[in-house]
Amino acid sequence: MTSAMNTPHITVTNLTMAYGDFLIQRDLNFTIDHGDIFIIMGGSGCGKSTLLRHLIGLQRPAQGDVFYDQQDFWHASDEERVRIIRRIGVLYQSGALFSSLTLAENIALPLGEFTHMNGREIGDIVSYKLALVGLAGFEDYYPSEISGGMQKRAGLARAMALDPEILFFDEPSAGLDPVSARLLDDLIVSLRDTLGTTIVVVTHELASIFAIGTNSVFLDPDTKTMLATGSPKKLLAESSDAKIIQFLTRGESNANKSA
Amino acid sequence: MSVAETVSGQVSFIPVDGSTVAMQLTGSWSNEASIKPVEQVLEDLSAFKNLKLVLLRAQDLAGWDSRLPAYLLKIFNYCQTQHIEVDMSGLPEGAQALLKLARAVPERAGARRTAQQKSTLAEIGKAVLNGLKDAKGLLAFIGETLLAFIALIQAKARFRTIDIFLCIQDAGPAALPIVTLISLLVGLILAFVGAVQLAMFGAQIYIADLVGLGTVREMGALMTAVIMSGRTGAAYAAQLGTMNVNSEIDALKTMGISPMQFLVLPRMLALILMMPLLCLYADLMGMLGGAMVTVSAFDVSLIQYYNETQKAVDLTDFGIGLFKSLVFAALIATAGCMRGMQCGRSASAVGDAATAAVVNSIVYIVVADSVITLICDRLGI
Ligand SMILES: Nc1ncnc2c1ncn2[C@@H]1O[C@H](COP(=O)(O)OP(=O)(O)OP(=O)(O)O)[C@@H](O)[C@H]1O
Ligand SMILES: [Mg+2]
Repeated sequence: MTSAMNTPHITVTNLTMAYGDFLIQRDLNFTIDHGDIFIIMGGSGCGKSTLLRHLIGLQRPAQGDVFYDQQDFWHASDEERVRIIRRIGVLYQSGALFSSLTLAENIALPLGEFTHMNGREIGDIVSYKLALVGLAGFEDYYPSEISGGMQKRAGLARAMALDPEILFFDEPSAGLDPVSARLLDDLIVSLRDTLGTTIVVVTHELASIFAIGTNSVFLDPDTKTMLATGSPKKLLAESSDAKIIQFLTRGESNANKSA
Repeated sequence: MSVAETVSGQVSFIPVDGSTVAMQLTGSWSNEASIKPVEQVLEDLSAFKNLKLVLLRAQDLAGWDSRLPAYLLKIFNYCQTQHIEVDMSGLPEGAQALLKLARAVPERAGARRTAQQKSTLAEIGKAVLNGLKDAKGLLAFIGETLLAFIALIQAKARFRTIDIFLCIQDAGPAALPIVTLISLLVGLILAFVGAVQLAMFGAQIYIADLVGLGTVREMGALMTAVIMSGRTGAAYAAQLGTMNVNSEIDALKTMGISPMQFLVLPRMLALILMMPLLCLYADLMGMLGGAMVTVSAFDVSLIQYYNETQKAVDLTDFGIGLFKSLVFAALIATAGCMRGMQCGRSASAVGDAATAAVVNSIVYIVVADSVITLICDRLGI
């Protein structure tokens, strides 16, 4: 990792997202620094997955820009955009493994396409990545032969295959048991610490939000814009917005506050 | 309590004072009960002038399920729009809690889709716009396919070589049994149809000409195309559509791999390589079918049949048939892959994509066939 920590890695300015005429969110402004574990949070259906799609190049913004290290992502040429995209890894909400390939082939695919390693070296990396997510020995299984939580972990192994600069996660711990979810949090933190990976996570898990999040943005479906950005712990301590407090305390402090 | 003895739910209104009315609910409010439609109750309610408060009373219910809160929710919503307060302290506690939950998250502004009555003109306009969108999608897809082929020629395309072989296996050898059956039978049919006429003049030997030219120039290519559009075109649409539903295509894009190169290219190549071969095979099978009928039912020997066929059919005819099958292959692969790539994100969208792929390919095939036949006729070949 060459770039220093705490310099902007992804900058979002005045981003407006819409499906046709249906506005999802508008006027989003926030910065994700190098080495951040950035949480995208908000109620169900507020547009978290949609925001992720805008950040990883799957959906063009209705308005506004996304910058990767000062480079304008959506106004870059196609080749430049592909070059930026190769620096990221994505874990989809459903895992999105290629169903016609085994787990090993799934993980080997980006390695085979973008590196010059030979088959045996690729095999070693594949086994290592599968072991990292607790799936050692499942190389030759097809995605349909393993459970939903296992598919998700295999999807993570594939997302990490090329040691990307930025990893995006869409609800990584949904469908995982508490112990696996905890292991996943540990894995995320150690990826950041050892490789300096910047991490962007969409999640509802309060435990994980406070355990790993260093920065965050809070989206609100009613006003259709962001209410706050900053470290989740700081938001809880300092925010005066009832919606944020309610979200970060599972609505349990509501009674105390109004009392 | 048996259904027979339940008293169905009743609603009655008791005016309390000028701006307050009590709504008394009695009897059974379960799914089996027959209850006055809520619209009528709302009408009764609107008959009260200057209404400010509605008291809900339901102490002596003979039982209730979701029917009761669903009914009351409508009344709540009505009262909200009319700025009438509702007091629900007279309801069973469980019903109060459920109603509170149902009203906890207010309806998202703009989320509800209202079904509008559309005029015929609007429907026509929408159909035209959809047609334009389809045409634009087709052009875009063809453009992207050309770019993928250019990348292939420049040796820059990214796909797994093994995928090409898998697709070839699927679009070629695996289709042989059905192509054999259909072509043989079509040859048989052609021979029988011709025989009825030709036998009247004692010209049975010319069945060979009819079958030979018919299959080689026309039926061989056409029948393989129809088989392959149902078999392979639909499969392409369903495979790619399912990959879209499962975000696999998104995953490819965010890996920096073009789905056009990785998924569409091998499929198109396989079909374009295999269709002419299948067509050639179908031609032979068709002529074999014709020979079987002619030799067994009429007084023509196999050698005579063979010689007559050789006289009637020349290389140009084979060329025309093969050219057609090449065009058909491109059309089937385009329709199948395009429908798959443009598929929506649901199980029913995958079914629609497969259907559309087959329908489109068959239309494209027949139109293209007519155009090519017309041109050949003009050129005199
Ligand atoms: N393809 C689409 N077309 C139209 N509207 C869509 C489409 N996909 C999502 N939406 C709308 O966009 C909004 C945001 O959806 P999104 O999937 O981003 O929510 P989310 O915040 O990720 O929710 P969850 O936490 O449940 O995953 C939803 O209200 C949904 O109705
Ligand atoms: Mg989501």
